[in-house]
Amino acid sequence: MSGASQNSAEIAMVHLANDCALSLKSLRKSFADVVAVDGIDLEVDRGECFGLLGPNGAGKTTTIEICEGLTTPDAGTVTLLGLSWPTSAAELRQRIGVQLQETQFPEKLTVEEILRLFRSFFTRGAAVEETIRMAQLEEKRRARIGTLSGGQKQRLAMACALVGDPDLLFLDEPTTGLDPQARRHLWDLVDQLRSAGRTIILTTHYMDEAERLCDRVAIMDHGRIIALGTPQQLIASVGGDHVVEFAVGTETEKERVDARKLTAIPGVRAHRVDAGQHQLSVVELHTTVPRIFSTLAEMGLKPSEFRTHSATLEDVFVGLTGRNLRDE
Amino acid sequence: MSSLRESSLYQLTSTRFRLFFREPEAMFWIFIFPILLAVGLGIAFRNRPADVLAVGATSPQLTQVLNGDKGLSAAMMDEAEGTHDLTTGRILLLAIQDVGGVAYKYDDTNPDARLARLLADRAIQKAAGQKEALRSSNDLVHEAGARYIDFVVPGLLGMNLMGSAIWGLGFSIVEARQKKLLKRFVASPMPRWEYLASYILSRLVLLVIEVIAFLGFSKLVFGVPFRGSLWELGLLCVLTSLSLSSLGLLIASRAKTIEAVSGLMNLAMLPMWILSGIFFSATRFPKLIQPIVQALPLTAAIDALRGNMLQGMSLSQLGAPMAVLAAWLVVPFVISLRIFRWR
Repeated sequence: MSGASQNSAEIAMVHLANDCALSLKSLRKSFADVVAVDGIDLEVDRGECFGLLGPNGAGKTTTIEICEGLTTPDAGTVTLLGLSWPTSAAELRQRIGVQLQETQFPEKLTVEEILRLFRSFFTRGAAVEETIRMAQLEEKRRARIGTLSGGQKQRLAMACALVGDPDLLFLDEPTTGLDPQARRHLWDLVDQLRSAGRTIILTTHYMDEAERLCDRVAIMDHGRIIALGTPQQLIASVGGDHVVEFAVGTETEKERVDARKLTAIPGVRAHRVDAGQHQLSVVELHTTVPRIFSTLAEMGLKPSEFRTHSATLEDVFVGLTGRNLRDE
Repeated sequence: MSSLRESSLYQLTSTRFRLFFREPEAMFWIFIFPILLAVGLGIAFRNRPADVLAVGATSPQLTQVLNGDKGLSAAMMDEAEGTHDLTTGRILLLAIQDVGGVAYKYDDTNPDARLARLLADRAIQKAAGQKEALRSSNDLVHEAGARYIDFVVPGLLGMNLMGSAIWGLGFSIVEARQKKLLKRFVASPMPRWEYLASYILSRLVLLVIEVIAFLGFSKLVFGVPFRGSLWELGLLCVLTSLSLSSLGLLIASRAKTIEAVSGLMNLAMLPMWILSGIFFSATRFPKLIQPIVQALPLTAAIDALRGNMLQGMSLSQLGAPMAVLAAWLVVPFVISLRIFRWR
């Protein structure tokens, strides 16, 4: 490669970095003796809804708080909207919207009052009424925050993040602790923001949430990104669209399961054991399932449980780490 | 007007008011409690007419002579009965008639009993024909400004200013930190100085209400005097409140839980409740600890308030306590700005 073309490639990369909403390079952060973020590189495009997925303690919150300028990294660079902390802090604060985990707003203020307060911090932004409507809190506008349900409080936190009409929206665990109905309600809200073309970066430890909401997902574990792509790409990387799970009864029977024979079955791409459950990644259920039964019968085994499901991000995580996302 | 209402400083300050007025307990401690305390102390230490002392005597003549004194109320009884009444405290002194004279039975460690002895002896000697060697006259004083209530009102005012400043800042800041609200504010473009300024502004407005309510009550009910300039008194209240708010900010600058900050606030205030001369003069403490006593902000505040209200001193005469207050304003404020924990 000639020097000139290398140079122009670099210029093109710099241009790309400036154009994307968020760019992280070799990011590292340790707390005392715990390495929370262990070398992360990431780029998020404008208009994208990007998810950081991983178990608790994977470093998602530390990563997002570094992006939000709340935590200073030990090493690495953060570029948001072509700007960086702390040199452009004042401008960045105006242009990003932040929802933190565990913020408790004063219970004795009303929805409208807290939004009016947050609106006053921004030089430009949405009208308070507009934000209340967007968060579907019209009926609660004069209600004290102490009287709101968990889902309503979470939508209020989202409204506080949106009131400055941000170019980049950070949502840290937006649905943790909510009941299923309130979660779906919040998902609808994020969907609306996505279709309005906002750039959103969210963290979650719910794989279904990441699958449902995100254009692209980074799976994190122990401070590193272990997989990156669209949910479909990641699921395809497991090697099959379906997962077959089975278990056998007694200890002696368990010892008779021969993993090599199972993976030798045509159509089975991978085998793993998790908490006594055997999991097989399978391409086609209708041809492979009968073969699995006959192979088990050859080993003299009869499964005590047997079920199948479509592959999810959960299976991607289990495939990569051998652990369950939920268990953490 | 609308641009003022949309400014963040206005919104932050009005948020402080809303939170304060929606907390009935806080209203009680700041507005009602000091008035109740003043009423209680006013009743307990009210100026009563001089007490009439109960005494006993063993003869009708003695009883009659003793009853002739305005300060005594005498009953006739025999010696055994009188001794019994003495030990049960029903009378303070028993005058026993004996041959050619009188004997007094009383407890000389009891000041009232000693007073009864003086009054009784004076009455009996006078009845027996004793003449005054020197003519004497009395000029009685019951003037406003020399009473206990006059002394204690500036003390209570100082104590109240301390409590509202330290509690007002300490609890709200640490609660906001504990609930991750401070962190959320820092993640927004809110100017940090405005957050702290909103506490000071709301404190100053509440101060006006609180001081006028308390001093107005003291003036109307007890007739407490205001001998110094009212403007200067107002200025002293502002200075006191700012100094103690600065201390409150320092106390609240690191604590992560309400429990921790409660402990710190009590640690800071307890010495001042005891040493700063709220209920009695701070000069009564031993000379050895006077440098500490005089360096406390509440001591300086109460000295200055008493100087203004009771002695009519001007600000130029109150330089020393004002310097102490100014130091307490600046030093904790500078330290807290450096160590304040926003998350």
